[in-house]
Amino acid sequence: MRIPCPCCGPRDRREFTYYGASDYLDRPAEGADLEAWDNYLHLRDNPAGVTRDLWYHDPCQAWLEVTRNTVTHEILSAHPVSEVSA
Amino acid sequence: MADLISQPALTGLPVTLGRATVAALDPGRVTSIAPYPGRDLSTALAPLRFPAPGEVVSNGSIRLVWAGREMAFLLGAPAPDLTGLAAVTDQSDGWVWVSLEGDDAAAVLARLSPLDLRPASFAPGTAARSTLNHLPALIIRTSETRFELASFRSMAGTLKEELHHAMQAVAARAAL
Amino acid sequence: MTNAHRIPGKGLLIDRSRPVRFAFDGREVEGFQGDTLASALLANGTRLMGRSFKYHRPRGAMTAGSEDPSSLVEILDGAQQTPNVRATVQEIYEGMQARSQNHVGPLNFDLLALNDLLAPFFSAGFYYKTFMWPRAFWEKLYEPLIRRAAGLGRLSGLHDESIYEKAWAHCDLLVIGAGPAGLMAALSAARAGADVIVVEEDVRLGGRLLADQPMVGGMAGPVWAEWAADELASLPNVRVMTRTTVTGAYDDGTYGALERVGLHRAPSDTLPRECFWRIVAKRAILTTGALERPIAHPDNDRPGVMLASGVTAHLAKWGVNPGRVVVFSNNDSGLQTARNLTAQGVEIAAYVDPRPVSVLEDFPVYANAQVTGTRGRLGLRDVAIRHAGGTSMIEARTLALAGGWNPTLHLACHRNGRPTWDDSIAAFVPTPGMVPGLSVAGAARGRFSTAACLADGAAVAAEALSDLGLTARPADVPDAEDTPYAIAPFWAVEAGGRAWLDFANDVTTKDVKLAAQEGYSSVEHMKRYTTQGMAPDQGKSSNVAALAVLAEATGQGIPATGTTTYRPPYVPISIAALGAGGRAEGFAPQRLLTSDAQTRSMGAPMIEAGLWYRPSYFPQGGETSWRAACDREVGQVRNAVGVCDVSTLGKIDVQGPDAARFLDFIYTNTMSTLPLGRVRYGLMLREDGFVMDDGTCARIGDQQFVVTTTTAGAGQVMRHMDFIHQAFCAGWDVRMVSVTEGWAQFAVAGPKARDLLAALGITADLPFMGCADIALGGVQARLFRISFSGEEGYEIAVPTRYGAALFAQLVSAAEALGGCAYGMEALNVLRVEKGFITHAEIHGRVTAGDVGLGKMVSAKKDCIGKGASLRPGLVEEGREQLVGLMPVNQGEVLSAGAHLYNESDPAKREHNQGYVTSVAPSPTLGCWLGIGFLKNGRARHGEVIRLVDGLRGLSVLVEVCNPVFFDPDGGRMRG
Repeated sequence: MRIPCPCCGPRDRREFTYYGASDYLDRPAEGADLEAWDNYLHLRDNPAGVTRDLWYHDPCQAWLEVTRNTVTHEILSAHPVSEVSA
Repeated sequence: MADLISQPALTGLPVTLGRATVAALDPGRVTSIAPYPGRDLSTALAPLRFPAPGEVVSNGSIRLVWAGREMAFLLGAPAPDLTGLAAVTDQSDGWVWVSLEGDDAAAVLARLSPLDLRPASFAPGTAARSTLNHLPALIIRTSETRFELASFRSMAGTLKEELHHAMQAVAARAAL
Repeated sequence: MTNAHRIPGKGLLIDRSRPVRFAFDGREVEGFQGDTLASALLANGTRLMGRSFKYHRPRGAMTAGSEDPSSLVEILDGAQQTPNVRATVQEIYEGMQARSQNHVGPLNFDLLALNDLLAPFFSAGFYYKTFMWPRAFWEKLYEPLIRRAAGLGRLSGLHDESIYEKAWAHCDLLVIGAGPAGLMAALSAARAGADVIVVEEDVRLGGRLLADQPMVGGMAGPVWAEWAADELASLPNVRVMTRTTVTGAYDDGTYGALERVGLHRAPSDTLPRECFWRIVAKRAILTTGALERPIAHPDNDRPGVMLASGVTAHLAKWGVNPGRVVVFSNNDSGLQTARNLTAQGVEIAAYVDPRPVSVLEDFPVYANAQVTGTRGRLGLRDVAIRHAGGTSMIEARTLALAGGWNPTLHLACHRNGRPTWDDSIAAFVPTPGMVPGLSVAGAARGRFSTAACLADGAAVAAEALSDLGLTARPADVPDAEDTPYAIAPFWAVEAGGRAWLDFANDVTTKDVKLAAQEGYSSVEHMKRYTTQGMAPDQGKSSNVAALAVLAEATGQGIPATGTTTYRPPYVPISIAALGAGGRAEGFAPQRLLTSDAQTRSMGAPMIEAGLWYRPSYFPQGGETSWRAACDREVGQVRNAVGVCDVSTLGKIDVQGPDAARFLDFIYTNTMSTLPLGRVRYGLMLREDGFVMDDGTCARIGDQQFVVTTTTAGAGQVMRHMDFIHQAFCAGWDVRMVSVTEGWAQFAVAGPKARDLLAALGITADLPFMGCADIALGGVQARLFRISFSGEEGYEIAVPTRYGAALFAQLVSAAEALGGCAYGMEALNVLRVEKGFITHAEIHGRVTAGDVGLGKMVSAKKDCIGKGASLRPGLVEEGREQLVGLMPVNQGEVLSAGAHLYNESDPAKREHNQGYVTSVAPSPTLGCWLGIGFLKNGRARHGEVIRLVDGLRGLSVLVEVCNPVFFDPDGGRMRG
């Protein structure tokens, strides 16, 4: 598996650390109700197909949102989370 | 009174095996520079400029080397005043540096790093962050046959061991 | 006579001027440089090479390649002893020791061959049916018996100290297999300027051009192959890797490959035995050719029964004379083999074909005929033939089976691809697009003539080059043999006796039919029920025939029956190659402190803390146990002064106008109010509300902080801070960078700490939790007044290069004051006495409230984890809270991991009240101390409960107390 780091180009998955679904980017605002937190932390889709998740490229320290297909294993894109959430 | 003597990160170098030599390297003062968002450092860094990913910007023996996301290492000179423009941190003691040189230098590195080392992908005069086996690494390619490798200083012994094993195997193949 | 079974002038790969002596089962054999173990044995008349897995039937080489099911031997001795080496792949070298395997007693009289006589009882599913009852027999009798009999070969049980290697390679185009199609593809791509890697399993390029020797471009096949190889070798953009097998096709153009670097030579101290390559290719072409398959007929497994392609390869490559040959074939390639052998002077005793062939040859042809049996206990002697005229028994040394060809499409199926059945060649062919970026050419997709392979190699290369943005020059494809391939599917001879499919695992046609009859009619079920294809060869030559037999038994037809799943690796890979360099100290980097050399010279045993090596204790004269040293070190810290290297703590430099704001977001407590030159303890939560890490935060500039993390949490905290920053506040003016490695930091603790600093020329007028830049011997240093021991404590940080020197001076200054260096054991006692937490307590399931730090979650601001920390389950009554535990009887030992119960309750899970996270023998308080978590613990101080450790057999009454056992007011550390 190779992930195209926007900084470094395509790199072997050994260089990356997985975090979880990109839902983690949608952090509830301060004072959000408990259900919002529960959804944010625990409620996940498990798609057969296109999914977005978060990977850390350890060598360059960039957090990436990777769009990939869980069926074909195709990596569709990788963007820095700093741009995704900006 | 304290009287502090400096100790090198590595001893017992250089080592040559086959067509590769690993030698200690003193990059001089090392300073990480991480610009704050939207700042223009061109005046402050002139005649250097902040490098794009993978870039090494040089002025004589002074180099500004891309070293990770929005960060570069200034090698060989004290940092200019970048107050309000960038975070500036002395990294002179955090890293161990070696050079790896010779016709088989890339072959040795291919035992340790998943990087694409073909000159078309990793050109002389550029830098990459990657790993050397399990070690974190900053790799600068200065020519087709010479690399400068930096890793965490506490792992200097392992770095030397890993290089030695790789060099030994490559040399033994070459001798077949 | 030595090498009696060679044909003069034949043998492309051997050098007859270089004899090589080796031993097989202790007997000296002489072959030639270039021989495989199998070719050298066959050339010396040895056909019996081992015993089969289940019935211990005599077995020899059937093929001349890595697909061989039955010629498994053991090589080398001691720690290097390697089982299940294929004799058809292993090259011989002077002094090599090889042994046959899987027999009790001598190879030619295997006592376990008794199993063969019991074969009627060992039908498919035998184990499942037989060892069901009585139930109690399973563990005591059946399993030990089966385990003793099971398995192929023997492991040495020792660490293999040989050198193995792993490496990476990258290319534009990977060509897998260098037969006619692969060579043509590689030449086309190389000439177009692509960066090409050619991988070939054999020692020389050419594939079947070497074995079959067809004419190519007016040259003999091997000559053309050599010419092509020379051109490839001369091109700088081509890398040729021989003795290398691509073992797997993975995502995004990554391929695994195993190179036999030094297996063909005596073991060396420097040369790797094998190298596991990870090859990354933009495009790949699979040109692995095809593998011949046998025909199942009774007793088709004797040494001397080979595949026709194996017979020709052994003759062409190593000059092996097969003796009188009977060819049993259902296709034209088998007939061609008989002709080739005849032309080379081999006597064909009979050509047997179930088809109504009508040809006139220089050898006897039996049309509409079948082989119905063989004779020869340890090697083939006679072949029984059923034909129109009746039954004949024909004397032969070799029976060459030619059941047709299966394209070697395994790699193309490695991403769960399913191949397509092609009736015209009675074989599966790759379905296009099964592995993105991989195309298949030549015999690997069913184009069997040499001309078709060459043309297909060039054509597929042109497509691949166009994908790469390169243009292939008009292909210069040489003329070659273009014989059509005709086959009549014929899988098994119906006759009495056992007809073998899987020669490695002893599976017969009867077993497969029985599986179908008993309901295991899906191909995946049949495989597992019969073990078909589950041996080291993974059924390369037998799977298709087995599923054809299954398809016939179920009446489903082959396409509907389908294949089992193809999985990597294509050939067995030694674990040593996969894990190359990862054994012992290669397992993980070693992080050494600057104090490491002196610490070891002081005799301190080192313990691993993550990747770091830290001293356990510093033994002094007369101390025979860790306890004695630890008690003394604790006492010296409490009464004088101790020195400890704490450089392993993570250190992160946080800078910028928004640094304070960022830290307020990261930490539960407020850092923005921290004055310059002061340090504050900080607690970090994960976003789910549980504690992530703790540490200190020092403000060393208006816009600069140095944050410390625990040793274990350093990497995780850095990643976490990067995530929070990049995901939620990338626009803020803040940057952080790890400075863990840049500073050597030492704790100086004890009532004489200030005296020690004075001895080094440091005036310590810092308040508790203060910090300052200081000059130390001309070096810029940092001084922090913090304490993890409960004593007046300081930490001095100097640039790492000065760490060793500073440690030496601190230790001698401490010793001059009646103090000492202290290790992890003492550090742990000191902190337990103070109730300070570590990752033993903040283990990922505790809240700030659980550890008694609930007030540190500021109500005035948001922070990571705050929202979720308010969830009912995290704040409700009855959570387990941090408490101290002291034995009621002072002398009793406590243990970490023990559980807590009310005194009157039995020690059962449903009565669990909590657990112990850390214990320490406290010389200060004169008893063992424990800290742990207890339900509603803070309200239960003074209560006596029971501590039970089932593993260690401990049951101790303990009193619940404040976890700060010593100096609860903190007067000592505040000074």
